[in-house]
Amino acid sequence: MSRAVTATLRVNGEERTVAFPGHHTLLEVLREECALTGTKHGCELGECGACTVLVDGRPVLSCLTLACQHEGREIETVEGLADGNRLGPLQVAFADLGAAQCGYCTPGILMAAEAMLREQPRPSRERIAEQLSGNLCRCTGYLKIVEAVEWAAAVRRGEDAGPPPEILFGHPEPGRPGGDAPGRRPSETASSNT
Amino acid sequence: MNDENRSPADAAADAADTSPSSAGRYIGAPFRRVDGRAKVTGDTRFADDLVFPRMVFVKLVRSTVPHARVGAIDFSAAREVPGYLGHLVGDDLPIPFGILPVSQDEHALALDKVRFVGDPVAAVAATTEDAATEAALAVGVEYEQLATIASLEEALATPEPRIHELERSEGNVHKAVSYRFGDLEAGLAEADLFLDDLFYYEGNTHLAMEQHACVAVPEDDDRVTLYSSTQTPHYVHRALTRVLGLPASRIRVVATSNGGGFGGKSDPFSHEMVAAKMALVLGRPVKVVLTREEVFYCHRGRHPVLMSQRTGFTKDGRITAQHLKTVLDGGAYGSYGVASTYYTGALQTVTYKLPRYAFDGVRTFTNKPPCGPKRGHGTPQPRFAWEVQLDKAAHRLGIDPAELRLRNLEEPDAVTANYLQLGTIGLRRCIEAVVEGSGWRERYGKLPEGRGLGLACGSYLCGAGLPIYWNHMPHSGVQLQLDRSGGVAVFCGETEIGQGSDSVLAALVADVLGIELGDIRLCVADTDLTPVDLGSYSSRVTLMMGNAAIQAAERARELVAQAAGDALEVPVSRLVFADRRVFDAETPADGMTFQEAVILAEARFGTLGTTGSYTPSRNPARYRGSGVGSSPTYSYSAAVLEVEVDPLTGLYRPAHVWIAHDIGRSLNPVLVMGQVEGSVYMGLGEAMMEEQVFRRLPPSRSSALVHKMPSLLEYKSPTFHDMPPVTTYLIEDPDPAGPMGAKEVGQGPLLPIMPALSNAIFDAVGARVDQVPIHPHMVLKALSAKDRRYGPRAFPEVDFGPPLHVPTPAEGGDGRAIDDPRHRRTHGIRSADGTMTTREEALRAQHAAGLTTG
Repeated sequence: MSRAVTATLRVNGEERTVAFPGHHTLLEVLREECALTGTKHGCELGECGACTVLVDGRPVLSCLTLACQHEGREIETVEGLADGNRLGPLQVAFADLGAAQCGYCTPGILMAAEAMLREQPRPSRERIAEQLSGNLCRCTGYLKIVEAVEWAAAVRRGEDAGPPPEILFGHPEPGRPGGDAPGRRPSETASSNT
Repeated sequence: MNDENRSPADAAADAADTSPSSAGRYIGAPFRRVDGRAKVTGDTRFADDLVFPRMVFVKLVRSTVPHARVGAIDFSAAREVPGYLGHLVGDDLPIPFGILPVSQDEHALALDKVRFVGDPVAAVAATTEDAATEAALAVGVEYEQLATIASLEEALATPEPRIHELERSEGNVHKAVSYRFGDLEAGLAEADLFLDDLFYYEGNTHLAMEQHACVAVPEDDDRVTLYSSTQTPHYVHRALTRVLGLPASRIRVVATSNGGGFGGKSDPFSHEMVAAKMALVLGRPVKVVLTREEVFYCHRGRHPVLMSQRTGFTKDGRITAQHLKTVLDGGAYGSYGVASTYYTGALQTVTYKLPRYAFDGVRTFTNKPPCGPKRGHGTPQPRFAWEVQLDKAAHRLGIDPAELRLRNLEEPDAVTANYLQLGTIGLRRCIEAVVEGSGWRERYGKLPEGRGLGLACGSYLCGAGLPIYWNHMPHSGVQLQLDRSGGVAVFCGETEIGQGSDSVLAALVADVLGIELGDIRLCVADTDLTPVDLGSYSSRVTLMMGNAAIQAAERARELVAQAAGDALEVPVSRLVFADRRVFDAETPADGMTFQEAVILAEARFGTLGTTGSYTPSRNPARYRGSGVGSSPTYSYSAAVLEVEVDPLTGLYRPAHVWIAHDIGRSLNPVLVMGQVEGSVYMGLGEAMMEEQVFRRLPPSRSSALVHKMPSLLEYKSPTFHDMPPVTTYLIEDPDPAGPMGAKEVGQGPLLPIMPALSNAIFDAVGARVDQVPIHPHMVLKALSAKDRRYGPRAFPEVDFGPPLHVPTPAEGGDGRAIDDPRHRRTHGIRSADGTMTTREEALRAQHAAGLTTG
């Protein structure tokens, strides 16, 4: 067993002094000592991205870095994304478009996307895929996640954008005009219940 | 709804021939899932997020050898680790368990033998997770190694040593089944074209992002609560009752939100038994969190299956008969394997008219982690064989592959050759949608070399027709509690695994009562507090829980309507529940708030509560083993996949997927889309790269069989970069069996993907790969092979046992086998006191009826 160390970590703008075994990762200390369990572990190898947090604005795999190295750094986790009780645009988009299903990979993906959108307000689809390619998701097939990031980017830019109806309802069934074609009730699309 | 589920309130409603109506705002709309906010804030509490005062940690000591007798276990070094609290061995939990009543073959910790690398041998508790890990590593175990069996071929060829000493089978065969539905030879004699093909489907695993975890909390003198990431809290409850030897009423199982399941959290697991036992021994909360490596050992994933499929066609493309043979590599334990074996044959009949059908299946034991149910449970393997063979038949017959399928489509409400009662079938519209959307008619067979289109279809259950253990109780129950607050509490044993079942439950109740999601409080997946729901497996939750929820909500609406109707002096039949109000349909201004109506009802009837139940109706099959495959109705899917193949390297890339799914009705299209796209993704993973494979160590290191890649670094799964664009069509044709017409979507859309890829590669480069995953080297080898094919070349000699002959409905059959040695039981059996017992009672008495599940 390694000896305990003490460190003052600044997480989501709040400072706290914690004691922990020196070999513990940032992930372990955030979850166990700081009680910030929103950050997840998925592989212990830096392969799945579920543990992604921001350190000084950059995405970092918290399972691969020691907590004791992060004194004086600005650490951000999923718990810091909302403004008080108000969800941020990425959170709204993920919740409304089904970009979070089981939600286990979601905190890591939100943080990786957040870092990108701060620097690149208008990322291409390729850029989004590149940024998030270190994050695995087994539920969504990734498509809704890309859509959600694009929508959130538009909202952050101040555009009055909504997701296209085929994202919410599927594509209209070919050869059946007006049948059960998706796109009905567009007024009830996702943004109505934020 | 079954008559036995009806209450006096229903009867009263019928007598008055009157029901109030509802206008809901959620069903059919893309509303935000009820747990959506928690999932984007980090508030969702998964099992590993739970912390209790005085909580300690347990680590399992797992076998390092694949097949051995366990000798002495030495804890002396472990005891020296600071923080060590205690340990458990096999003798502390000697009662076997297993998900199926016929396969009670697992022990929480090895009693005498270990059967695969990763099999739990002992458990160590300590004050911290680090200390538990260190102590577990310090435990010394002596092993007397036995020969290991690596593959299904080896299992068939190696009767000794036996991995399990089963009485009902020989050697390393776990289960063999054989059926003849109709006169196969007559069917083949009608054929102008025979195809006889071999296929192989490699095993793969669920890879849910959340590792299994649980916390057991002791309460009072002899009670324990287990919080676990399980898809099946009810079955875990039953297994714990058995293994701990406590009354079921002293054990509470709460399923936490699962961080993905896909079938991998559907078994009762060793770590759950160990946590509960250790909590009772230590009198402290105990947490077990598996590492990713351990999750690969828990497995229960896709069975590797070798298949031989012989099918006859007339020259105009009609299917005359099929004979399918499957051999499954089951791994080291039973798990769901008996059901999986049946599932490799059961659903071949539900998409196309198949007048005569023969199925032989056998499951083998090998020294590898146990296989079980993964999304599609046992059906993706034969579906791959079926859809690739249809593609071959289309080419041989000169018929377009889409047209060949359309000519053979099964009829709605048909009873198949193996006696499955079908419901609505949206497959024609599915095929037409993807054909139209992909430009199939203009592009198929006409794209430049290296680019191709492939089409395939599939079908899946909407819940298994029978429960896993024999009983006559509901498969799902929902209880509502209404009170003067105007809020409605909804209790149900259903388990949220990411698919959105909580949202379906809340929205159905909200819409029947005309209230908002915010008025609903859910209490789910808690064996102390909620009515039983069998769990999140076999795509059963929406249909079964949904029907139970509607029944409970309609009964509540009836009570509230009686009170409101009297106060408003309006007949109940004219009342509408909408917008959190109850009002007269003819003069909507005359009404009251929902809360005011509930207050009137509470004053009149006392404390308000209603229940709803769902039990599937009986299927027409009467032969032994027919429990597997029956379902209240079936979903259908069709996909076209476009691929780019480099003929020089064999590298390929899916360029686009068009998929149509027969959903019956979308209760929430966003959730439905998510299941469709997630299924396409998971299917692509299986088709392109995912495989749970093993290698032998060199003789100098014991020739042991070890997992090739028990880590996320080496087990390849698709990333953002691998996912092609997907065009999704939701085909709506409400099914009377479904809640508000809905069918399943969690599993069906995966099925067409693997064969669609193989078929597309053929269209692109003219080579067949009869195997998944399709690695680039297989494409290259197929291109250079004389028959332009890559796939298995031999099928072993297998004794499937004497077949049961079941005349088909078209042959005048009544669903029974004509030569079952146990046939007399189908007519009842004389009991000891001379009375005739029913068939079901007779079967139950003889323990012959446990073979059911999804």
